[in-house]
Amino acid sequence: MDNLIKVGMADLQSSRHPCIITTLGLGSCVGIALYDPYKKVAGLAHVMLPSSQQARNNTNIAKFADTAIVKLVEDMISLGATRSQLVAKLAGGAQMFSFNDTSEMLRIGARNVSASKEALNLLGIPIISEDTGGNYGRTIEIHSETGKLMVKTIGHGLKEI
Amino acid sequence: MATGIDDLNNLQLDVLKEIGNIGAGNAATALAKLLNRKVDMDVPRAKILGFTEVSEVLGGAELPVVGILLKVSGDLTGNIMFILQHKAASMLVNMLMCRPLDELHDFTEMDISALKEIGNILAGSYLSALSSLTNLTIMPSVPDLAIDMAGAILSVPAIEFGKVGDTVLYIETEFSEGFEKVVGDFFLVPDYDTYDVLLKALGVVG
Repeated sequence: MDNLIKVGMADLQSSRHPCIITTLGLGSCVGIALYDPYKKVAGLAHVMLPSSQQARNNTNIAKFADTAIVKLVEDMISLGATRSQLVAKLAGGAQMFSFNDTSEMLRIGARNVSASKEALNLLGIPIISEDTGGNYGRTIEIHSETGKLMVKTIGHGLKEI
Repeated sequence: MATGIDDLNNLQLDVLKEIGNIGAGNAATALAKLLNRKVDMDVPRAKILGFTEVSEVLGGAELPVVGILLKVSGDLTGNIMFILQHKAASMLVNMLMCRPLDELHDFTEMDISALKEIGNILAGSYLSALSSLTNLTIMPSVPDLAIDMAGAILSVPAIEFGKVGDTVLYIETEFSEGFEKVVGDFFLVPDYDTYDVLLKALGVVG
């Protein structure tokens, strides 16, 4: 049995092979899975908000897309990963409620996704697959053996990205 | 400087908890009228939790739950959310529709509509308690409903709380009708610049 590591809301974890890193019930939050396929180091962050720059309280770096990704990359490098070999997969960023307006709160999912992409671009980490948007929750798990990311939903199937 | 949950002192927290109690009490009375049955309510528990624990409050992040969200406007702006376990929601609908209580099935359009109305009435009575205590004008929007994993639904209020701090304030209420228990959670999420309005109206600005 692989070592199962849970990531909470506003949390990030990384580990060497063998491990499965999972986060449950992503809604408007975004799960960012990073993987080094050569060193088999996997990492996962569960971010709630796009940017630490706009927050009044930004001490929890795992909460924001911009700071969480930087920290996750550092952690993975200290576990032996090579920065230039890292690849990313994204999931989450749903809009759970569908009010007929475009208030900031309801578009937070989409904003989290674009902020995550921006942060990954800045670091030069390619995004090789994503399952984002929609109006449903997702549970995801990254497997350190192959870097596959499993996405489970209620009523929208199970897939591998 | 706007106030977040983390900045509140004990007195302010107690006041917010008490509002939760009164609001939930009002909601229980409304529910009893709606169902035309006697509805008992345990003393609601106001809790403050860190994000990592939040998704576990209803019994696990992956458990299917029904979330009913209303936007709040007027002197106080923000959101109010009522969350029920899927099983509890199904029991409430069955009570309302006079079906056997333990009948479990997918919600029909009619059931969803009934649940929205339950959310509407519960949130409305909660807010009217808050409004009469504070003399603030507080108006709820029409409700919206989502059925999904607890973690995903709870991320909506959690993100709002996340803008100002690292904890979430919520009120857990347990309604019971006869031997049947229905556990539901209320999240009142004022926009971060209206926490001060709320506390000031209650006379507890620190």
